[in-house]
Amino acid sequence: MNEGAHHAPDAPHGSLREYLIGFFLSVVLTAIPFWLVMARPLAPGPTAVLIVAFAVVQIIVHMVYFLHMNARSEGGWTMIALIFTLIVVAIALAGSMWVMHHLDTNMMPMPHEVSRQP
Amino acid sequence: MTTDTATTAGLPPRFYDLEEHDHPEGSSTMLGFWIYLMSDCLIFAILFACFAVLGGNYAAGPSPRDVFELPLVALNTAMLLFSSITYGFSMLAMRAGRPGLTRVWLAVTAAFGLAFLTIELHEFTHMISIGATPQRSAFLSAFFTLVGTHGLHVTFGVIWIVTMIVQVGRHGLIAANQRRLMCLSLFWHFLDIIWIGVFTFVYLMGMLR
Repeated sequence: MNEGAHHAPDAPHGSLREYLIGFFLSVVLTAIPFWLVMARPLAPGPTAVLIVAFAVVQIIVHMVYFLHMNARSEGGWTMIALIFTLIVVAIALAGSMWVMHHLDTNMMPMPHEVSRQP
Repeated sequence: MTTDTATTAGLPPRFYDLEEHDHPEGSSTMLGFWIYLMSDCLIFAILFACFAVLGGNYAAGPSPRDVFELPLVALNTAMLLFSSITYGFSMLAMRAGRPGLTRVWLAVTAAFGLAFLTIELHEFTHMISIGATPQRSAFLSAFFTLVGTHGLHVTFGVIWIVTMIVQVGRHGLIAANQRRLMCLSLFWHFLDIIWIGVFTFVYLMGMLR
């Protein structure tokens, strides 16, 4: 038997069409946030919300079209590992920013920040 | 399956499993590599958290607007995106059982990876030349750590790609090489996902500050 013809039975893989769709979507989802920041058609607040939204969508596009993620690969264990990681990442990110923001707010004003006092 | 029973008077029988269960070679590699990537994801999450906390502390030094050049970042992003699709083409060539074409697309991917690294190093040297060094402010420390760690990953990815070009050239598309190429595929696309976070939260958000 030719060993070269062997394929892992349930290995995730995509088709040419899938890769091209993923690439096209990524180009659009990258170009728009760059344009939003370079041309500034909107105020900074809405721009920030929009570019984060585009980033989240693009990450999902990459996972679906390039990493071929689905709930069935490896009997669901890749998805469970991903969900666990996302929970830890969310705790680490939100927790760090929350704790450090409160520390910052509760700091005694330093001499050079005297103007910030009420 | 063979089991031996050792009976001693007065004690319950004990069973020993003498034959290991069947674990085909490489059957758990993909899951293991995925779990490695998830742990890598945690490293980046902590570096992103550092940047989120420290990214506004300029210590009266340069701010993102002074040091970032968005056209260069856009070009860098394009390089990584092109390298992702060319890696996809190399996986398709692998599926079609064409080792030569697989190696050509791997070489193209490595070239885009090197272009990315060259542009990034150019950016770093430019920043250092104008005094925006990692020790200048907390913002710059966090920036160089986060972006530098990503760049280091890309460097090792390029080394891995070159290794695979040699491996496929020597041994062809054997099962072990296919498995390695699939792990490398996960690694390479994962780096592109991290880069989405970098250009959004570091560069684009930095320009909005």
